[in-house]
Amino acid sequence: MAKDGAGAGGAPRTSLLYDPAFRSIAFQIVLLVAVLFVGWYLFHNTTQNLASRNIASGFGFLGQPAGFDIIQTLVPYGQSATYGEAFVVALLNTMLISAIGIVLATIIGFIVGIARLSSNWIVARLATVYVETLRNIPLLLQIFFWYFAVLRALPGPKQSLSPFEGMYLNQRGLYMPVPVTEPGFWTIPVALLLGIVGAIAVSAWARKRLMATGKPFHSFWAGLGLIIGLPVLAALATGVPFTFEFPELKGFNFQGGVVLIPEFMAVLFALSLYTASFIAEVVRSGIMAVSKGQTEAAHALGLRQGLTLRLVVIPQALRVMIPPMTSQYLNLLKNSSLGAAVGYPELVAVVAGTVLNQTGQAIEVIALTMAVYLTFSLIISLFMNWYNARKALIER
Amino acid sequence: MNKLSQFTFGALLALGTVTAAQAGTLDDVKKKGFVQCGVSTGLAGFSAPDDKGEYKGLDVDVCKAVAAAVFGDATKVKFTPLTAKERFTALQSGEVDLLSRNTTWTLNRDTAQGLSFAGVTYYDGQGFMVRKSLGVKSAKELDGASICTETGTTTELNLSDYFKSNGLKYTVVALGSNSEAVAAYDSGRCDAYTTDASGLYATRIALAAPDDHMVLPEIISKEPLGPVVRQGDSQWFNVVKWSLFAMVAAEEYGVTAANVDEQKASSANPEVKRLLGAEGEFGTPMGLPNDWAYKIVKQLGNYGEAFDRNVGAGSPLKIDRGINALWNKGGLQYAPPFR
Repeated sequence: MAKDGAGAGGAPRTSLLYDPAFRSIAFQIVLLVAVLFVGWYLFHNTTQNLASRNIASGFGFLGQPAGFDIIQTLVPYGQSATYGEAFVVALLNTMLISAIGIVLATIIGFIVGIARLSSNWIVARLATVYVETLRNIPLLLQIFFWYFAVLRALPGPKQSLSPFEGMYLNQRGLYMPVPVTEPGFWTIPVALLLGIVGAIAVSAWARKRLMATGKPFHSFWAGLGLIIGLPVLAALATGVPFTFEFPELKGFNFQGGVVLIPEFMAVLFALSLYTASFIAEVVRSGIMAVSKGQTEAAHALGLRQGLTLRLVVIPQALRVMIPPMTSQYLNLLKNSSLGAAVGYPELVAVVAGTVLNQTGQAIEVIALTMAVYLTFSLIISLFMNWYNARKALIER
Repeated sequence: MNKLSQFTFGALLALGTVTAAQAGTLDDVKKKGFVQCGVSTGLAGFSAPDDKGEYKGLDVDVCKAVAAAVFGDATKVKFTPLTAKERFTALQSGEVDLLSRNTTWTLNRDTAQGLSFAGVTYYDGQGFMVRKSLGVKSAKELDGASICTETGTTTELNLSDYFKSNGLKYTVVALGSNSEAVAAYDSGRCDAYTTDASGLYATRIALAAPDDHMVLPEIISKEPLGPVVRQGDSQWFNVVKWSLFAMVAAEEYGVTAANVDEQKASSANPEVKRLLGAEGEFGTPMGLPNDWAYKIVKQLGNYGEAFDRNVGAGSPLKIDRGINALWNKGGLQYAPPFR
């Protein structure tokens, strides 16, 4: 097709026409113009149609008052909140469930993946059953299972289960005490930050020393001590500058404290357990891709089973695991949109649901939603590519 | 013409038809031979499939009335079940010709969303349903309650307005579809379920133990529900609007499915003669046959009959006519003169 394209323009027959470099550039220009034209035409056609049907267009609606409430808001969302603020609330809810989901799925996935390779027959079989069951049941059904089946079994607010003092579990969610800050509270987050920085520094130092002298240092415990110890010290030094607000049964429901709503828990459980079954297989394949000779060599050097896994097998397995792992993370992020089915107020439920319906501006709203998922997915991909490059075999 | 420009031209033509296809909905409907009607995913009395899988209800009868007016045959309708969230996009994009799905007429929808409401089939209002065991007698006692509703409806907005203006606190659980909202309420997730009062009655009788639940007396909003068409096609708009008016007018003049033939032949009332096409040419300017209203009443009965059969005394819902009675019987249903 392209070959005819340039020849038929009626251009004089010069040797330029037979110049491969010129021809390849010319075709690319023609293609680019065609693509741009089709894009422009679609855009033009859409705006014309919207105008002829008197459908409002543009993003002006983001500044209009929303007038509806959202059950879970991480930032203040008041009476006169706008559609734009509703969008931010939904965005944060999506980020929250995806971030926690990715962490949980990775932890469960690693445990199950390694368990599947265990020499203990029962452990290995249990892990197999876990993987084969969870990855073969549609995610939406799993969300419904957690939301409708498990929720139904929980007691009502007046008969709440209370596993710990001040903690209540019922059909309306898990209610927990929340710290209320008093003057001087700022020292605790600052101490936490210092602890994290300290832990990183210790681990860097320990690594350097290990490389230089071969003496190991348990930087994990030291780091953990810093991260927990410093804030505790800060709290004690400033005279514990916070009190706990306990949830209390008032009227129909508990008031006060902080609540994990059932929608959040159902979607989180379903998402992380489902994705973990895929991650388990990624982990298993990664470990099996490391040649058995590596393990045997490590054993021959006198490394114990745990150390062999941690120091020899996993670092090599990671190289195989990272690219498929990235896909699983991206899937989890996109699957979080299924939360809309059980009313978890994430992006699809709030923006592509309520906001779309109240404003009727389908094109803008859907474009906005798609742009968010695309951006998040690209960020995760970029991060994982960076991590992959770091972990890749560096030839020296 | 070389292949590349042929391709471009073809693509242009294909895309160009997107604009051309919106000319006249009535012509399109006549050409394809049926009315594509958007209804709910299942709301007893308004639009829900019966045990034979056929759609039945008041909203469904509006679709059928339009088909009867256009084709003289009320069965020439195809139904598209739509959730509250999907309905406007489906209409705007031309997927359905007519949306008859317990949809509230509001200013924003009628103007900024490119929609036109063609009348009111049912005057409704938003209410609450609670478990009797909750011990609540009024919506004002719902302070701190959690409330289940379907997302993408005016109920979400009314709820917020009502609780704020009364200084009450609440948490809203907005679910993707009505059936999920009801399931969540039924499983105990919420203290109350809210939707239009008609929907509450329809939902209540579908619950496992209807007597354990009660509808609170407060009606917190005005919800005029009616058929919707796309803006900018006044011919089709008129067809839908007057199909509905024909049913209301037939009730006013005592024309029923049973006596319509007799009335057409021998009624002394000139208005009835004009309505049924025995006198004058009232169908032609709309692009319809002259006996369009006769066909509607013959096949579906008048508004009162449709109301009674679907939601009123002749149905399991047993909803009182209330403000949906005719204007001369203390209600709001009123049709302009047929002349």
